[in-house]
Amino acid sequence: MTATLLTNARLIDPERGLEFPGSLLVEDGRIAAVMEDPAGADAASARVVDCGGLHLAPGIVDLGVKVCEPGERHKESYRSAGLAAAAGGVTTMVTRPDTDPPIDNPETLEFVTRRAKEASPVNVVPMAALTKARAGREMTEIGFLMDAGAVAFTDCDRVIADTRVFSRAMTYAGSLGALIVAHPQEPGLSRGAAATSGKFASLRGLPAVSPMAERMGLDRDIALIEMTGARYHADQITTARALPALERAKRNGLDITAGVGVHHLTLNALDVADYRTFFKLKPPLRDEDDRLAVVEAVASGLIDIVCSMHTPQDEESKRLPFEEAASGAVGLETLLPAALRLVHADAVPLAVLWRALSLNPARRLGLPGGRLSAGAPADLVLFDMNAPFVLDRATLRSKSLNTPFDGMRMQGRVRATYVAGSQIYEAP
Amino acid sequence: MTFPHRHLLGIEHLSPADITAILDLADTYAELNRQPQKHGDALRGLTQINMFFENSTRTQASFEIAGKRLGADVMNMAMQASSIKKGETLIDTAMSLNAMHPDLLVVRHPQSGAVDLLAQKVNCAVLNAGDGRHEHPTQALLDGLTIRRAKGRLHRLSIAICGDIAHSRVARSNILLLGKMENRIRLVGPPTLMPSQIDQFGVEVFDDMEKGLRDVDVVMMLRLQKERMDGGFIPSEREYYHRFGLDAEKLAHAKPDAIVMHPGPMNRGVEIDGTLADDINRSVIQDQVEMGVAVRMAAMDLLARNLRMARSA
Repeated sequence: MTATLLTNARLIDPERGLEFPGSLLVEDGRIAAVMEDPAGADAASARVVDCGGLHLAPGIVDLGVKVCEPGERHKESYRSAGLAAAAGGVTTMVTRPDTDPPIDNPETLEFVTRRAKEASPVNVVPMAALTKARAGREMTEIGFLMDAGAVAFTDCDRVIADTRVFSRAMTYAGSLGALIVAHPQEPGLSRGAAATSGKFASLRGLPAVSPMAERMGLDRDIALIEMTGARYHADQITTARALPALERAKRNGLDITAGVGVHHLTLNALDVADYRTFFKLKPPLRDEDDRLAVVEAVASGLIDIVCSMHTPQDEESKRLPFEEAASGAVGLETLLPAALRLVHADAVPLAVLWRALSLNPARRLGLPGGRLSAGAPADLVLFDMNAPFVLDRATLRSKSLNTPFDGMRMQGRVRATYVAGSQIYEAP
Repeated sequence: MTFPHRHLLGIEHLSPADITAILDLADTYAELNRQPQKHGDALRGLTQINMFFENSTRTQASFEIAGKRLGADVMNMAMQASSIKKGETLIDTAMSLNAMHPDLLVVRHPQSGAVDLLAQKVNCAVLNAGDGRHEHPTQALLDGLTIRRAKGRLHRLSIAICGDIAHSRVARSNILLLGKMENRIRLVGPPTLMPSQIDQFGVEVFDDMEKGLRDVDVVMMLRLQKERMDGGFIPSEREYYHRFGLDAEKLAHAKPDAIVMHPGPMNRGVEIDGTLADDINRSVIQDQVEMGVAVRMAAMDLLARNLRMARSA
């Protein structure tokens, strides 16, 4: 494989938290050298690509992507998700097991791994269910699933209500060093909720859950981590009240990290307006105070990971009364421009945001990507952080078009995406 | 008289002038309804379909009579017994009906926002006859008309809305309407039956009924919505009646000429004492039912005028 020299770039190094003009030499699918000289060193045989002063960064590692295979390929396949990821600068999709049937045994995991390899242009690393059928009763074959390639275990948005079952699963997973990804939520309080309780939900007459339910769920889980020594990641922390508990747990040295979906960083409960079901998420969108607190937690690093929570839903499952409508939004292609809103608003510095988008998720899952240093895989994204556009959902590559950002102004577009040194996407 | 709306989906979108326009026209229909010859022709030639996805006797009858008195062809569809059971979605049902060219669609649905959703998909006028816990605009309008006729005005009154606020679309629509007309609103009930942050709606909240009723002009009782509760909001009906049921003793704290209202159907002995409900000196519950027809005639008349105007343009 010939070498490629990417010159005249604005490099983002999330490890060092730096952003600087430079160039990058890519060889054999890996980063061979990072240079602070925009012209790059003399590499006689290298193909030279001028980045035109745009940002070049490690590709996004998106923790928690739902691809609807097996079961609902009409909503999203590995092919369509992979193309969407490539167009969104996501070079690794960490996939969720909440498919139909769920990915809760090695055979199903092998099937999706094969499908991903055949069809997706970007890296796919799967998570598997923590309990069989995600029913919260019996743990899955965690050992076999790890052998088959599962990087983490999660029942996704289902909370294991039986604390004894959860504690055993955590103990067992802990002994194998497996990471558990959980959805902190008090299941009794949040049952049937379609919105966050407050003035807006009261006005709209929607069944609602107190934001406190998230803290109660997190508090329980933190106690279980302390009890079992498990490695734990909270999939989405979306409320101000949960943050002090998270901060305390980290300070006490527990093996805990937390993520947040980009929608909760950029939208609030009022965006639901007249029952717009594309804004129905799980957990539901929060008040503006919560959104601001969570943005600040991303800036401070208390929240480690920002992800898309990509959840494809077809029109039929969204064109229903709000309570009945399915939750979730697609996000692979809008993750970057949406997250850049925080940079444009001077709320989070670009290099800090990038840590949450690539370095931290890669580290947490033990993946080699997410870094901009010699020897790291050449999974890269080249983007113009200022390019303005109005999102038209019809242009999305996902099979499902349920984005809340349709018709909104956004700033920041991916120009090119590389996986293992090969260009897999170029902006039209 | 202009009424700048295509649908009547809620009180939220109405201005005080819109509300007054409906009530003024409803006053004239209230007079018509007391004549031996009750027919008008404001809706002649138009088709009105009543789609009730939730059981209702009185509201459906009220809309039906209102339509017939104004000359519309009225059809009732009991949606619980129909295609919904066969798995058809709300939107498909709406589209099919829309293809039959109705002019007025009266919809009740158990889910908040369902009527808004349906209104986006049809090109006739839609009237919300109650959606989930969201709104019930014609109920608030008929309550407004009843108060205006009993008290001579619909502003600067002190009005207590009592009981199960959390599950009540009637309460939401009334809070909005009475607030827009600049009344003092008190909400009275146990905290488990109050929606969250309801104090931010420009109301005063009481969990003591005697304090809540002190010197009010209007006492509006709500039905305890047992069918919407999934358990454990109140300890028992008898304790609820003891603390929040309206009887003569509690009513004595209100102004001597305070009127008693209830949107029906009543749970006698749960939220209201039966004798009090029937006391023609205090209770205007029967007037509410009468005004219901007049208000619905007025609302459909105004929407039909817009419909005709839009079509001739």
